[in-house]
Amino acid sequence: MKRLLAVVALIAIAGGCSSDSASDQPAAITLVAYDSFPPADTSLNAALDAFTTSTGIAVKVVIAGDAGTMVTKARLTAGNPEGDVMWGVDNTLLSAALEGDVFTEYEPLDLHAIATDLTALVPGHELTPVDFGDVCVNYDIEWFTANNVAPPESLDDLLKPEYKDLLVAENPSTSSPGLAFLMATIAHAGDDGWKDYWTSLRANGVKIVDGWTTAYQEEFSGAAGSTGTRPLVVSYGSSPSAEVIFADPPRTDAPTAVVESTCFRQVEFAGVLRGTEHETEARKLVDFLISPSFQNELPLNLFVYPARIDATLPVEFTDFAVVPSSTLTIDPEDIAANRQQWQDEWTTIVLR
Amino acid sequence: MDDHRAALNRPQGWFVAVLAGAPVLFISALYAWPVATLLWTTLRTGTSDTSPFTNVAAIAWFTAWQAATSTVLTLVVGMLPTYVLARYSFRGRRALMAATTVPFVLPTVVVGAAFLALLPESWHGTAQAMIVAHVFFNLAVVVRLVGSMIAVIPHDLVGAARTLGASPARAARLVMMPLLRPALWSSAVVIFLFSFTSFGVAKLLGGPTHPTLEVEIARRATQLGDVSGAAALSALQLGLLGAVIVWSMRRQRRAALELQGATARRRPRGRRERLLVGMVGGAVGLFVGAPIFALVSRSFKVGTGWSLSAWTQLGRTEVRPGAGLGVDPVGSIAASLRFAVVAALIATAIGFLAATAISISPRLGKLLDASLMLPLGTSAVTIGLGMLITFDTPPFDWRAQWWLVPLGHALVAVPFVVRAMLGVLRAIPRDLRAAAATLGATPIRTWWQVDARALRRPLLAGAGFSAAISLGEFGATTILTRSGTETLPIAIGRLLGRAGGLPRAQAFAMATILLVVTTAIVMASGTQERLGPHGHDDA
Repeated sequence: MKRLLAVVALIAIAGGCSSDSASDQPAAITLVAYDSFPPADTSLNAALDAFTTSTGIAVKVVIAGDAGTMVTKARLTAGNPEGDVMWGVDNTLLSAALEGDVFTEYEPLDLHAIATDLTALVPGHELTPVDFGDVCVNYDIEWFTANNVAPPESLDDLLKPEYKDLLVAENPSTSSPGLAFLMATIAHAGDDGWKDYWTSLRANGVKIVDGWTTAYQEEFSGAAGSTGTRPLVVSYGSSPSAEVIFADPPRTDAPTAVVESTCFRQVEFAGVLRGTEHETEARKLVDFLISPSFQNELPLNLFVYPARIDATLPVEFTDFAVVPSSTLTIDPEDIAANRQQWQDEWTTIVLR
Repeated sequence: MDDHRAALNRPQGWFVAVLAGAPVLFISALYAWPVATLLWTTLRTGTSDTSPFTNVAAIAWFTAWQAATSTVLTLVVGMLPTYVLARYSFRGRRALMAATTVPFVLPTVVVGAAFLALLPESWHGTAQAMIVAHVFFNLAVVVRLVGSMIAVIPHDLVGAARTLGASPARAARLVMMPLLRPALWSSAVVIFLFSFTSFGVAKLLGGPTHPTLEVEIARRATQLGDVSGAAALSALQLGLLGAVIVWSMRRQRRAALELQGATARRRPRGRRERLLVGMVGGAVGLFVGAPIFALVSRSFKVGTGWSLSAWTQLGRTEVRPGAGLGVDPVGSIAASLRFAVVAALIATAIGFLAATAISISPRLGKLLDASLMLPLGTSAVTIGLGMLITFDTPPFDWRAQWWLVPLGHALVAVPFVVRAMLGVLRAIPRDLRAAAATLGATPIRTWWQVDARALRRPLLAGAGFSAAISLGEFGATTILTRSGTETLPIAIGRLLGRAGGLPRAQAFAMATILLVVTTAIVMASGTQERLGPHGHDDA
């Protein structure tokens, strides 16, 4: 009982303390991020520390779950947010975040340094594009060489008999790359054609799993150390670079490659959360997030491309990752309006 | 007459109220209030595009039958190992005991992955794979809950039946079964709840074609952003499982016999017993050991060959120039242990008070018992989002507070502590209390001398088990917004979300660390097993 009272007292004190310190020290702000954001010990975190040194504003990183969970939470707490700035809302969730009135407008000073096709996605400046990447079909180079089969070159190739039972993809209802791949097929085959496309893809033996980790780490044959058997997987455009960077022993060529024409563009945004008590500091942080010193750290830590045009890319990215010259996209508003229906229809076609 | 005698030395009502106060406060503030808030606010203003109940009947039916099958199968598979572990002492017993417990508390991301690697490809994404995994994960529940009951059944009871001419099977059916029924029921309920609310296993092994209600709730809330739909489904799930809990409690009667303390385990005698112990030990070792071996071996596979580099580079800020993984193994172990200690302290304290109150006042106790079980039947998403919108105003703005995580873990662990203690409490002979009263002890002193003492062993086991649950917990932790150093399961999950040989192997290296730490805790909390309620220290 005593112990319990002590715990309850501690809880009360802890709760009290934190809210006090928040009002006493306006120079500490909170960055809410998704779960692949490293909490500490990387050059990305070191860059945030440098921001603190130069501005006196301390940044605490909190992780709110995967991107979908993070936006759900942000909508539930709109106006009374869990932090001051949010990192990592992507274009499939953009409309949901805007509809939920989660962010407050801010136009950062360096916005002109970001590609206009990215900034055009948020004309109201509620959010700022911070990075982009592609979801693409990856293939295991060694498998295709060993089996004397040419790798596929397009989404339509995936329906051919020589690629039967070779592809593993994620469920668009539970996985963000899975959703992006569904979008890719819709952008490619159109409103009417995509259902037939998936009927054929199912007939050609596509394997659907719950999420990226299962698809890539367990089923894909190209991941280092994997026991998987499928040489085609829905993953990221930057996955081949990651295979080089994190190979051991080091290697100079990528074991996997990307089917460029299958890529769907994912753009990620950051913004000031509406209801923050530290709007000035929050704005400074958004400025910093698109500054060169932070943007240059993105590729090797999050495996995405910096939104800034003048950012420098590491050699592994210029050599092994591809930024497709044209990628498949769908307007965020169309995504928001149709996403649930598309997912339901997809479920009926592919899983039932 | 029996009741009258028991009432004489039963502690007063106010004492029960004091005992029950903290558990009631705990469950109301941290569970009932947030969940009610979420249901109330979202169901009232719900604006879902499509009804969450489309296709839900099929999902609910699948969820229920796979849970029932998993439960029955776990009980059947678990009986023999439980008996052997509770009855016999043999070399490697503690290791085997720990081996059956560890899967229960390891994060499903990791063990599920190992399972996928072992199962034939045709089993991937099937209900069978899910059910086998549920048996694997829940074996610990039978071994722990039923085992603690078998341990207090005197050998001579079965011996007497055998002397009177009963065959071993008949002796088991007529003597053991009635005594074990309460423990079997409570394990069945716990396993059913766990399998029904299965999330990680369902996603990983059942695959997209076998969603459970829990998976559907999480999908609605986190991927579709339809919190009101998720809340409606959550209410449905809670209603179904609440009915199961209440029904099972009605069926659950007291043990037929009051039992005097623990019976010493003995070495197996004769060829048949040695053979039984050997075979059961071997089979369990294989069933539990194979996925664990697969898991550990993966930490040594970075590329095509075997390599130590995942281990030697663990915790380096820069794995490659400019590229880090942000993994802090020592910090993660410390963070996990801190959470585990806090969760275990809370769960044990609450569980102790609750179990005592329940055993003293059976009628109100049933209500408390049932409500403490409810969190096991509620989706983590619902509790997490409920906390998010409930504790959001100063001075109760507790969002992203580190201690919400161990509190969430304690919520899951308390029912286990209660179960472990209740079994022992209910088996305390009334004569013992009567004797204490006759010797002049006040009811509270009687309670302290008899009941509280008997609880030492289950208390310790409960604390160890709670700590282990906290160490491996993944689902609820991912829903709560968190700050500071990652726990081991969270770090593992993040590493597995990265492409590349090193992050992947390091995830399994961290999983191996988690495995070792968990095993150590489970084994350490089992060391006191030999000190029974009437063992040598308090004889």
